Amino acid sequence: MSQVNNFSNNRLVNWFKLSSPSTFYPLAGKLIPFFWALTALFGVAGLWVSFFVAPVDAVQGQGYRIIFIHVPTSWMSMFIYIVMAFWAALGLIFNTRLSAMMAQALAPIGAWMAFLSLWTGAFWGKPMWGAWWVWDARLTSELILLFLYLGFIALQASIDNARRADKAGAILALVGVVNVPVIYFSVKWWNTLHQGASISLTKAPAMAQTMLLGMLLMALCFWMYTIAVALMRVRTIILEREAHTDWVRQLDEVKN
Amino acid sequence: MNALLTMVKRDLLLVMRRKSEALTALFFFVVVTSLFPLGIGADAALLRKIAPGIIWVAALLSTLLGLQRMFAADYADGTLEQLVLSPQPLVLLVTGKIIAHWIVCGLPLVLLAPVIGLQFDLDSSSLYVLMATLFLGTPVLSLLGSIGAALTLGVRGGSLLMSLLILPLYIPVLIFGAGAVYANSVGLNTSGHFSLLGALLILALAFVPWVSTAAVKIAIE
Amino acid sequence: MWNSASEFFAMGGYALYVWCSFGLGALILILEPLTVRIRNKTIILRLKQELLAEQFDKESRQ
Repeated sequence: MSQVNNFSNNRLVNWFKLSSPSTFYPLAGKLIPFFWALTALFGVAGLWVSFFVAPVDAVQGQGYRIIFIHVPTSWMSMFIYIVMAFWAALGLIFNTRLSAMMAQALAPIGAWMAFLSLWTGAFWGKPMWGAWWVWDARLTSELILLFLYLGFIALQASIDNARRADKAGAILALVGVVNVPVIYFSVKWWNTLHQGASISLTKAPAMAQTMLLGMLLMALCFWMYTIAVALMRVRTIILEREAHTDWVRQLDEVKN
Repeated sequence: MNALLTMVKRDLLLVMRRKSEALTALFFFVVVTSLFPLGIGADAALLRKIAPGIIWVAALLSTLLGLQRMFAADYADGTLEQLVLSPQPLVLLVTGKIIAHWIVCGLPLVLLAPVIGLQFDLDSSSLYVLMATLFLGTPVLSLLGSIGAALTLGVRGGSLLMSLLILPLYIPVLIFGAGAVYANSVGLNTSGHFSLLGALLILALAFVPWVSTAAVKIAIE
Repeated sequence: MWNSASEFFAMGGYALYVWCSFGLGALILILEPLTVRIRNKTIILRLKQELLAEQFDKESRQ
């Protein structure tokens, strides 16, 4: 059994060792509080800048402050999808369970980010442009991204065999990641063709430095949050899927 | 190549034995398009405006109906497993199935669309554009749909899930296809739409058969 | 920047929109980790029960 790992003679062994759930589980456990601390740090800093440093907007008054949550959640929803597809692809190529579990852990977070982006977008649009929803390219693409997330989650939930669910989800995620630019471009095209909302939600006010800083800090906060919750969820998924292994039974949490 | 043609012939033969299945999808197309005027009202100007969107959405939904038949029957009786194990390249067999699906589900839509278009009082040039966009677009629908059909094989609630998975992917085809007809009806140039539809078709033909094949293999193992 | 707390909460008239946005954001950021923790506790409980069942099995066979 000790000769199973053929890569034991080069640096690759470290990475593949990390892909074993039994090695990753305790490591993730140690990292989680660290990322929560960073979440709190960036969150406090971001909210401080958003509410107490960034000046009032000439056109939109105090209401524009919603961008400090709308824009970061939009960025995160797209970023998480790419990361999720990356892990899913790794799982497909190297046949590692943990990579697929990571993709599974990230999906709900991304879906919530997309939902929050749509919600805050609606609450920003209503006072500014008079409608809860406008069919502009960004919002519509965000809605479709939410559908893609929900499809991924639904597919994995409905396939009983865990490995088949991993691989099927991976294919779906990869097809999705290729299609997102196509969909965005086509929605933009559609928007201009039908001369949709004459005022676009994408025309942000001229960005003051402080506004950019606020959005950046909030984005970092959400990013750290994503990592923290993803690590938490992947640990739970590991326990669920590796329930019959020895190392799980030997865990402190289980034996006491 | 022979494998591909044999697969196409086989699937067509199977459909011919149960013609009602193919006809129900077509019937669905006709019924759905007829529902909209009933729901919206018979204002001719309004109908002319919404016709491209309605006919295209109805085409999407009819294709989805037909997709359930692409792999499911063969999966259920074990034929699909034999196809995967056969010495013929699975890509050719899957492509053959997709072509057969298009002939049964997509091509009739192309031929039937002008009739529906007349119901909505579209002018003749728009009817030509409608047929052309459907002719370019329905193969893409069959191709993309095969991915969803393969991924949800044997899954509980698979058909509904498949629709949920595929419909977002259909959106670009819908936008360019319906957009072309609308653009034509207001006198704008449609060459851009057709180039994009053509590009989508070429891309889909180049990549999707391999993706669907991978999905079929995952479902079988 | 803000002359009083009530001015801060009023957000220049946009209070509903700003606070519903940030409020839901905060809610999600709190509830999601909590649901993960509940899921975690559920699986650990299940594992403990399985372990106990096995031990019981072993003892009853001896």
